[in-house]
Amino acid sequence: MYAFDYVKPASVADAVKALSAEDAQPISGGQTLIPTLKQRLGQPSALVDLTKIADLVGIEAGSDSVLVKGATTHAAVAAHEGVMQAIPGLAKLAAHIGDPQVRNRGTIGGSVANNDPAACYPAAVLGLGATVLTDRREIAADDYFQGMFTTALEEGEIVTGVRFPIPEKSAYAKFVQPASRFALTGVYAAKLKGGVRVAVTGASESGVFRWAEAEAALASNWSPEAVETLAAPAADGMIGDIHGAPDYRAHLVKVMTKRAVAAA
Amino acid sequence: MNKQMTGIGASSKRREDVRFLTGKGQYTDDINRHGQLYAHFVRSEVAHGKITKLDASAAAAAPGVAHVFTSKDFEGVGGVPCGWLITDKNGEPMKEPKHPILAEGKVRHVGDPIAVVVAETLAQARDAAELIDLEIEELPAVIDMREALKGGVAVHDEAPDNLCYDWEFVAENKAAVDEAIARAAHVTTLELVNNRLVANPMEPRCAIGEYDRAGDQHTLYTTSQNPHVIRLLMGAFVLGIPEHKLRVVAPDVGGGFGTKIYHYAEEAFVTFAAKKLNKPVKWTASRSEAFMSDAQGRDHVTKVELALDADNNFTALRCLTHANMGAYLSTFAPCIPTWLHGTLLAGNYRTPLIFTNVKAVFTNTVPVDAYRGAGRPEATYQLERVIDKAARELGVSPIALRKQNFIKPDQFPYQTPVAVVYDTGDYDATMDKVVEMADLAGFDARKAEAKSRGKLRGLGFAHYIEACGIAPSSLVGALGARAGLYEAATVRVNPTGSVSVFTGSHSHGQGHETTFAQVVSDMLGIPEDQIDIVHGDTNRVPFGMGTYGSRSLAVGGSAIVKSVEKIVSKARKIAAHLLEASEADITFEDGQFKVAGTDRAKAFGEIALAAYVPHQYPIEEIEPGLEETSFYDPKNFTYPSGGYACEVEVDPETGVVKVCAFHAADDFGNLVNPMIVEGQIHGGVAQGIGQAMLEHCTFDADGQPQAGSYMDYAMPRAADMPMVNIDSSCVTPCTHNPLGVKGCGEAGAIGSPPAFVNAVIDALAERGVTHIDMPLTPQAVWKAIHGASAVAAE
Ligand SMILES: Cc1cc2nc3c(=O)[nH]c(=O)nc-3n(C[C@H](O)[C@H](O)[C@H](O)COP(=O)(O)OP(=O)(O)OC[C@H]3O[C@@H](n4cnc5c(N)ncnc54)[C@H](O)[C@@H]3O)c2cc1C
Repeated sequence: MYAFDYVKPASVADAVKALSAEDAQPISGGQTLIPTLKQRLGQPSALVDLTKIADLVGIEAGSDSVLVKGATTHAAVAAHEGVMQAIPGLAKLAAHIGDPQVRNRGTIGGSVANNDPAACYPAAVLGLGATVLTDRREIAADDYFQGMFTTALEEGEIVTGVRFPIPEKSAYAKFVQPASRFALTGVYAAKLKGGVRVAVTGASESGVFRWAEAEAALASNWSPEAVETLAAPAADGMIGDIHGAPDYRAHLVKVMTKRAVAAA
Repeated sequence: MNKQMTGIGASSKRREDVRFLTGKGQYTDDINRHGQLYAHFVRSEVAHGKITKLDASAAAAAPGVAHVFTSKDFEGVGGVPCGWLITDKNGEPMKEPKHPILAEGKVRHVGDPIAVVVAETLAQARDAAELIDLEIEELPAVIDMREALKGGVAVHDEAPDNLCYDWEFVAENKAAVDEAIARAAHVTTLELVNNRLVANPMEPRCAIGEYDRAGDQHTLYTTSQNPHVIRLLMGAFVLGIPEHKLRVVAPDVGGGFGTKIYHYAEEAFVTFAAKKLNKPVKWTASRSEAFMSDAQGRDHVTKVELALDADNNFTALRCLTHANMGAYLSTFAPCIPTWLHGTLLAGNYRTPLIFTNVKAVFTNTVPVDAYRGAGRPEATYQLERVIDKAARELGVSPIALRKQNFIKPDQFPYQTPVAVVYDTGDYDATMDKVVEMADLAGFDARKAEAKSRGKLRGLGFAHYIEACGIAPSSLVGALGARAGLYEAATVRVNPTGSVSVFTGSHSHGQGHETTFAQVVSDMLGIPEDQIDIVHGDTNRVPFGMGTYGSRSLAVGGSAIVKSVEKIVSKARKIAAHLLEASEADITFEDGQFKVAGTDRAKAFGEIALAAYVPHQYPIEEIEPGLEETSFYDPKNFTYPSGGYACEVEVDPETGVVKVCAFHAADDFGNLVNPMIVEGQIHGGVAQGIGQAMLEHCTFDADGQPQAGSYMDYAMPRAADMPMVNIDSSCVTPCTHNPLGVKGCGEAGAIGSPPAFVNAVIDALAERGVTHIDMPLTPQAVWKAIHGASAVAAE
């Protein structure tokens, strides 16, 4: 790790101001950022801690949506009564991120800002058609994720929360990568007022994506059988590594979609 | 078995756990010496290359830096030595290229150390390291063993075709084996890989060098399984420091599994640098460094052929193996695929003719050496897999086929065709026991129930033998070992009757401090808490060879027994004098010396006091004091064996394997502490299942590790493990050591991979799958089921 300044703003406005300094960077749970810094892969001038900002922590479960504020931990989402009632699939997703240490520190804002292609939250955000809230605007999920580790966020823009519409049914099916236990392939399937959405993480070289064929099939027949009749998505463009070749991942997309629908 | 509450046979609680579980363990990294400096190793990021520029002047001038070391500092210093010489099939010595402390002009694997920055803080050392002007001209990397042997690119100039040795055993049997295979009624052939593993002890390696100029004394604190071996190798072969000026301390060590046996460059480095800089120098590996600098395990590619006659008797076995040495020869690397592997190829069977050819190959990868089991898991895996395959091809029960070919209890001692003589065993007993434990009778019902849930259930068996308690020195000397393999123990009875035992058997998780005390307690009739076990410091314990190969109780324990016997013999003489009786009339039981047939007695403590306060004492005949040292050199290896069963369920849709049950029926000879034995099986089975299902250390074509951290290297977790059902009631005591013990440290890791793989193949047999190479990851299993055409991307 290189030396850096540590800044602890009390408000989002102060945080935004602190982030305008050259090479300043937000830190939330630190579960992604700290390991990177320890390997000397980054050299921020200052880390701006978002977790002490009262406005960024907490969950508000409304009648048609659930707001998870940016610096809310995975553990808090997993254990929240309102989330468990309204979107049990989301609570379960949070409950299976990493291990207890990771869940007690890692946050939703950090996860969606980072947009790791194997992360779980992006599947839920895209699969539920959620809205990403920032210090300056609201971004629809479909516009927000722009490929591996790439998002619509501007320099210094802070994710202040994610607003999830409450679906009729939804669930996340995660196939764990045996070593890291991130998603080798994870599918979030949701039946919403506006239709069916199926979002896939872990599989594609373009990051989280929607599987249109499955959405169409499920829209007319919400059942695992409807998925069974589909061909798996093309292996072309899927990630290949020692844990899963592209064809295996493509196959898993179909299997996990079926399982998500069955679990919803 | 002795079922009393203390002593031999008791499940005494591990005394060392008090400090380990309360954070009071004293590991090497917990040691900080006054004024110590910190070493940061600059390591190669490429697998193979020429160093074209190495300018450390800017780094040397950076804040806090004491010195930047390169190979120039080590001119005249020896390389890291190899402790075992293999002679090849033509009588030529193996190729033994120099393994320099720091790279000399060339780097040979990712992680090969090039330079070391020593500074006042680790951060300063790391900062300065970035100022080193280093240029490396990358060379093509040699990764695949068979490709390597074609030559073209050489890891070492001395071995243009990258062959370290080409070894045959038993060479005289070669023609007979070929003929038996040609004539056989049935031959089963299997090509398999024994996957490369990273040992991953919880505690990364660490070393601190210290030099006392006034006394010209060197001290090395290090994470070692065998401090005397390090003192010998480093003192005599690398740095030229005589024993009396070099102290090696291995305090609490957080797991070794073999990888902390070897002498490493970092140990020699800190010792050397401490003298040069006249300050203590400390190095602690990061986990990433451990992945690229700890010796790794296994990595064999083998073709095995088993010949059977028309009655299904094994008639011959032929094994052709390529064994990866990595870029340099680690301390014991050459003996693992040869003498610890070839000599075990008889397994538990009467196979009359065996031949193996082992080609040891240099590659641009991390060096490979012994890892829990070392050679014996590789032997067991190929045997137990090929036997299972043969049974399937012949349509007979794999259990019956094994039993038919087992060496029978009345055939011991049994001379195998591969040099070793098994002293004792009863393989039918452990096989029958594990079949009973596994509820073979109920398996069909369980399989049918699983099928109703869309799962494929399989039950697999394996029976292993291992050679532990390495080893008779004269034998291993004849086979190329450059050391003896006895063990030493001093038993010091203190004046008031408490006992300190100084043993060469280092303990790093095995629980020696408990087990050894139980043995002494049993023999002297004094409570266990009156006995202290001291190990891990060359200035305190006699010259001992350390802990590996499940040798500590069989060899180290025997040395302790010998010393206690000498103590009792001397104490008996003293007692006879004090009790005014003839020595022949003195009995010793429960800590009391008695005159037989009388009530005249002296307690052990009274004798101890008399020995140290020799007022009324036969001083003409017996010296005062009560302290004895023994060096025990075993007469033979010990041969633990056992039957293992594994039951799995495969999800054919994803390839995920769940281990539903695991059963182990072992014959370890006599048990000193059954609870500790169970723990050893648990750990061994976890590592074995880790190898078989999860762990895989691979390199891409450029020699970059593909699983260089826990993000990609999958260790077994609690959730991957079933409850392990253990039985150690089948006992055939070892015939040649005083405790009748055999060793249990590696069995779990040896017997479990074939049991697991046989179970998965049993589950998938209906889908036509006959073999999958380890690790049986979900992807590998899925591909085997679906015959998918795609290959894993780079
Ligand atoms: C062992 C381990 C296992 C894991 N397993 C999983 C898993 O199974 N599934 C999964 O999804 N994830 C997993 N993770 C990742 C984990 O969920 C992290 O919490 C997450 O990736 C990052 O969140 P964080 O709060 O820790 O962010 P940080 O590490 O603090 O930050 C990550 C990045 O986002 C930026 N950032 C942080 N907060 C904001 C914000 N509010 N607005 C804008 N930018 C921001 C930072 O500057 C940094 O670049 C795992 C992590 C570890 C260490």
